[in-house]
Amino acid sequence: MSETVEREVGRARYRKEDAHLITGQTNWTDNISVTGLLHLAILRSPMAHARIDRVDVSAALERPGVIAAFSGRDVAQEMGSLPCAWPVAEGTVVPDHPPIAVDEVRHAGDPVAVVVARDRYTAADALEAIEVDYTPLPAALDIEGALADGAPLVHSDKGTNRCYDYRTSDGDYAAAKAKADIVLTRRYHQQRLIPTAMEPRAVVVTPLAASGDFTLYSSTQVPHVLRVLLAVTTGIPENKIRVVAPDVGGGFGSKLQVYGEEVITLMLAKRLGRPLKWTETRSEANVATHHGRSQVQDIEIAARSDGTLLGLKVSLLADMGAYLMLLSPGIPILGASMYPAIYKMGAYEFSCTGVFTNRTPIDAYRGAGRPEATYAIERIMDDLAAEIGMDPVDLRRHNWIRHDEFPYTTIAGLTYDSGNYEAATDKALALFDYDKLRAEQADRVEHADTVRLGIGVSTYTEMCGLAPSRWLGEMNYAAGGWEAANIRVLPTGKVEIITGTSPHGQGHVTSWSQIAADVLGVPFDDIEVMHGDTVLASHGLDTYGSRSLVVGGVAVHEAARKVVDKARKVAAHLLEANEADLDFKDGAFTVKGSPEATKTIQEVAFATFSSHDLPDGMEPSINAEHVLDPDTFSFPHGTHLCAVEVDTETGAVHIRSYVCVDDVGKVINPMIVEGQLHGGIAQGIAQALYEEAVYDEEGNLVTGTLADYLVPGAPDLPEFVTDRTETPATSNPLGVKGVGEAGTIASTPAVVNAVVDALRPFGVQDIRMPCTPERVWQAVRSGKEASA
Amino acid sequence: MTHISVKVDGTTYEDDVEPRLLLIHYLRDRLGLTGTPIGCDTSNCGTCTVELDGTAVKSCTVLAVQADGSEVTTVQGLAHDGEWTALQRTFHERHALQCGYCTPGMIMAARDLLREHPHPTPDEVRHGLEGNICRCTGYQNIVRAVLDASEEEVTA
Repeated sequence: MSETVEREVGRARYRKEDAHLITGQTNWTDNISVTGLLHLAILRSPMAHARIDRVDVSAALERPGVIAAFSGRDVAQEMGSLPCAWPVAEGTVVPDHPPIAVDEVRHAGDPVAVVVARDRYTAADALEAIEVDYTPLPAALDIEGALADGAPLVHSDKGTNRCYDYRTSDGDYAAAKAKADIVLTRRYHQQRLIPTAMEPRAVVVTPLAASGDFTLYSSTQVPHVLRVLLAVTTGIPENKIRVVAPDVGGGFGSKLQVYGEEVITLMLAKRLGRPLKWTETRSEANVATHHGRSQVQDIEIAARSDGTLLGLKVSLLADMGAYLMLLSPGIPILGASMYPAIYKMGAYEFSCTGVFTNRTPIDAYRGAGRPEATYAIERIMDDLAAEIGMDPVDLRRHNWIRHDEFPYTTIAGLTYDSGNYEAATDKALALFDYDKLRAEQADRVEHADTVRLGIGVSTYTEMCGLAPSRWLGEMNYAAGGWEAANIRVLPTGKVEIITGTSPHGQGHVTSWSQIAADVLGVPFDDIEVMHGDTVLASHGLDTYGSRSLVVGGVAVHEAARKVVDKARKVAAHLLEANEADLDFKDGAFTVKGSPEATKTIQEVAFATFSSHDLPDGMEPSINAEHVLDPDTFSFPHGTHLCAVEVDTETGAVHIRSYVCVDDVGKVINPMIVEGQLHGGIAQGIAQALYEEAVYDEEGNLVTGTLADYLVPGAPDLPEFVTDRTETPATSNPLGVKGVGEAGTIASTPAVVNAVVDALRPFGVQDIRMPCTPERVWQAVRSGKEASA
Repeated sequence: MTHISVKVDGTTYEDDVEPRLLLIHYLRDRLGLTGTPIGCDTSNCGTCTVELDGTAVKSCTVLAVQADGSEVTTVQGLAHDGEWTALQRTFHERHALQCGYCTPGMIMAARDLLREHPHPTPDEVRHGLEGNICRCTGYQNIVRAVLDASEEEVTA
């Protein structure tokens, strides 16, 4: 027992998840097939806004192999409105959201009718036979335009396209502004993005007619939340619905919903008494799976000429799209606390207006509100630095919360528990070779090089660990933010963890095993982690918003501690010792001073199973559950630096180097952390340079396929240099902070700051995202003209 | 209906198929070989990449009837007796997958790449995988995995 077992936490363990994924032994929802399975296909609106005058499915029904076909009106009574769980402001307008449109379609892609057929080809073909008469209606397509007097109404019964107004403030912004030497105002645009998980959505429902039970498999991030909402929407009792999320091929927020297709598939399986599958095509995904971002951001910052920040004012117009999805109104408000970021300032005003438009609904997309906030503050910090002639890194350094000032309560009311912006920034600058790059930049300007160098910095923080339930309640969110973990030690000493989180690529099985292995002192390979099935894990709140580790992983840790506490009682009894006299190390209880008097946790597990000799009154179990409701958020942070080469003759942007140092607190598995960062950075760069959902003036999505919507490929992205500092969170016993969204939050402003930095000599202050060659070229051209 | 005879992962199948049936749907829906997933409907994402007579193809752009008389290899046909191929192992060791949805296509495309360029540079790997989209990894670990594999075996 004197040997020290290497601790699992902190080790770059290869993932337990990989074996089945790299050999194709996968269990994607679309792989599921059962006897008698029928296929469902959905006819979608080709128009942004129209009245439905007639839907005739009779010709479709005549086709061989077609089992059933329904319009929205056919099934409207059976399906309630899709829910919005976050009417964030008082008086939030929540329109009806039928799973299949009944009288009116409100965005291109809105479901109009469904066909059920023997196979997917027949179902898809039969859609062509459905006749629909539409009367086109004028559409509100632009966020600002939708608020103008006389704008077409997305929901005429509501009399307005204004979904809500939300305001919050602290300090006296007007007074701060009056004291300022400089007040900068900027307008930034968050373009609309399509999350694009590689696996399109899919649903399979198998009904058991006799008992009225249903199993619903869905490519979802939120099986537990989905079950509740399916019950609410369909009236089928929750305890009759089992939801399973099998292998899920990515989510990024887009699978955090109860979607109409899930409700439709469930209700038609019920009506027909047959198992039913719906699988989305990519073209459907682009119009029917929720989009992200889409905001107009008006930002004003007040400062002294030495760079001291005095106040910040933010007013947003946030596109909701045509309907409210589960969290739509709350997403921009998640960012409200994040605009002041890592900076000290005396006053803050925030307002947001949610706006309905005739476009695909908006909801959470990687970072959900926080990338938007970080982008705006980090862009205007660079503009301010340029305005007062200060190095952008120095401006940040001048204003940020110092390491010795934590815990620190920001002007937005959040208390950051720990952080060390100095250490992360210093390390990043050294890795990046900042001074050398600045010298090269100046050299290129001096020689009027046609290829300019730009340097972008972004020092971000984010709020992870969504969320303390009380905070969510204050924000008018319907659900809590807790998470459950259940640990059972089996008779043979093997361990099962049942987690309420529902991973889709994040590696929870591996990380949760590492956490529990250390607490229980059992081998990593003796642990199985089960998830994503509401029968297995009776309760949970699933995976989104970088909450899994900080809430779910910590719950695993605490459940494991409870298991050890129970095992200690049994061991003390078996060893005829006092609990207090037992040491627990490397999975064994030993009586202090008597190294031979020992019981391993595996021996205790078997003794508990046989139950021949337990303490009086003790339940024969050393299983434990812990449901963790965090007291507060966690606040990872970091410094990202990007150098770009911008060809002023072609507008092409080439990322020359990308360096980041992130502080995500205690690291469970550095390999997984690095992987999460890479993917996040790639998605943030994609927003900066490549991706945008574009609509034409009729409201058709021009970027309806992957041929038009430019998701970056391997040649489009650079090597990332990632490193870290480690300042443990003080708000949880593991010291963890969360990492899933960090890269996305940080990288977008770093890249755009770099592009703008390269072009400031041309008088360029801003380039709208994505910074395509054409936009960059136009900016150079108009800048040149302006200065000529 | 057209009669086809195709050898897939070592087993020969005789089937009557509609002429318009795509190879990917034949593999998945008819043969139950669901290890190869579908990611788009425009041949842009590469998740459905398999080998047709030794060359990587996007199986959503090939009709099942075009595979008549051919040999198809999917990700499910790579490991033998539980032994992974070099690329399967390096993908695992380099954490070159997260959700894993693009992984079968990536591995099949990487095999083709390594056949053409047994010792590629990082840039050659990136360009060689241009037709395969990954949304999770940012590609960096995929590139590392392919380079690692290239040092081990010519055909990976």
